[in-house]
Amino acid sequence: MSSALLMVENLGIQFGGLKAVQNVELYMNQGELIGLIGPNGAGKTTTFNMLTGVYTPTEGKIMFDGKSIGGLDPYKVTRQGISRTFQNIRLFKELTVLDNVKVANHGLAKHNLISSIFRLPSHFNGEEKMEKESLAFLKIFGLDVYRDELAKNLPYGMQRRLEIARALAAAPKLLLLDEPAAGMNAKETHDLMELIAFIRKEFDLTILLIEHDMNLVMGICERIYVLDHGQLIASGTPAEIRSNPKVIEAYLGEEVTE
Amino acid sequence: MKKSKIFWGYAVLALVIYAVVQLLISNGVIQNYYQNMFIAMCINIILAVSLHVIIGVTGQFSIGHAGFLAVGAYISAICTMKFGMPFITAILIGAIVAALAGLLVGIPSLRLKGDYLAIATLGFAEIIRIVFVNTDYVGGAAGLQVTHQSTWTYAFFGVFITILVISNFTNSRHGRACISIREDEIAADAMGINTTYYKVVAFAIGSFFAGVAGAIYAHNYYIIQPTAFGFLKSFDILIFVVLGGLGSLSGSVIAAILLTIVSTYLQEFPETRMIIYSLILILVMLYRPTGLLGSKEITAYFKFGKKGGTRV
Repeated sequence: MSSALLMVENLGIQFGGLKAVQNVELYMNQGELIGLIGPNGAGKTTTFNMLTGVYTPTEGKIMFDGKSIGGLDPYKVTRQGISRTFQNIRLFKELTVLDNVKVANHGLAKHNLISSIFRLPSHFNGEEKMEKESLAFLKIFGLDVYRDELAKNLPYGMQRRLEIARALAAAPKLLLLDEPAAGMNAKETHDLMELIAFIRKEFDLTILLIEHDMNLVMGICERIYVLDHGQLIASGTPAEIRSNPKVIEAYLGEEVTE
Repeated sequence: MKKSKIFWGYAVLALVIYAVVQLLISNGVIQNYYQNMFIAMCINIILAVSLHVIIGVTGQFSIGHAGFLAVGAYISAICTMKFGMPFITAILIGAIVAALAGLLVGIPSLRLKGDYLAIATLGFAEIIRIVFVNTDYVGGAAGLQVTHQSTWTYAFFGVFITILVISNFTNSRHGRACISIREDEIAADAMGINTTYYKVVAFAIGSFFAGVAGAIYAHNYYIIQPTAFGFLKSFDILIFVVLGGLGSLSGSVIAAILLTIVSTYLQEFPETRMIIYSLILILVMLYRPTGLLGSKEITAYFKFGKKGGTRV
């Protein structure tokens, strides 16, 4: 377990008097696809925000790839190799689809401010490399036909895809997906699942997935963590989670008693 | 390469404009009065474009731009008048000191957002002005006399370099990082953009060129007084950027040109001048609420390139 890519110990955060999340313990090995589920307000997104540096945890430890990343600025966390998507889509609306991906590619480019202002050769080489790499990501997601479209003009499902493409362009080792299938129909969700499986293999990714769609989570995740009221109430394989009485009580309710 | 062809196209166009106006000036076709208007126009374009990089590109609502204009004006005037330096060196020193002032103001205040940042920058600009009012070395409230050294050549190449640098900056990964901050700061941060760094960089570049404008300004009007750099001046510059369309470099250039012409001709009607000027602003905002060009560049209307660029 010490070789885990992500290791979270006793993680918690307090907003004023409210303990939003406490005592979260989780680990992820290289290459795993893990689900994080829980009812509304359970603290899933808050946990994501702590992992990515948006919130500074008030207690606990986050170890990623052997380094402690708890409380780092979000852009530093991203450069360590954790990238994310957002539950409510946060694309750069007035930028083109291609430029959205290029922004995430920014951290990998080397050409500096001076070379760009004076248009030195390193600027042109760097920009060309960015364009090539970004286009490759667009192609994988079937977005290359939209490359010069403004992000805000994309259909909803495509915007969701672009969010994932953008997150991938930051070259993460760990990808955090916050409800990637929210608002999608069954067909789109199915396509998305295949896509997630594909990029996971292609880029050798470790993925943490928040999702409300139980079929999606149970179908593709190897292990699942369940949060309720800011606390971890269960973890295990989909089969174990399905039969865990605590989870049924907190989350799945009566519907699962078939 | 195609892109450099477009660049040389613009460069040639700019040179032609420069040469034509210069020829008209040296033949006496353009009188002193209009020559002055052209220089004022250049100063306004530099100011508009330098504020554009802060507000239009990076989305940081700064309304203290006149403060950096003042720093550039005073520092360059000190360089030429007190130390007898050549004008070109004075412009550079003025601009560098203005950029440093921008860093000084930017580093603490760019943590703030929206209205709060606006008020903080306004406050800083006032502080800068008050410092000059109370410094006897630069003449205090009475002002500092400066020899006339600004010519069409200085003003024009000031504009040229400003537009070149800022459009190069905007059309690079660094500019994209700034635009992503404008679009969504949280997402930009999550994508690995060091948002504080880029906000400060944009602020420093903006104040650098405000300093250039200040130096040309100081050496054009024989005297500089702190009252000229009050918050009304800041708003004048803000109007160029908003009227031209937030995020559009060519828009802010066009707005600066139009408004300079309008206010020059309105000087013949001193009683109604401000009323007409204000009416024009209101009408433009009613019929073009996103500014003259919106967030597009003028080239998007002609479709032959991507850079912004009609100048003067």
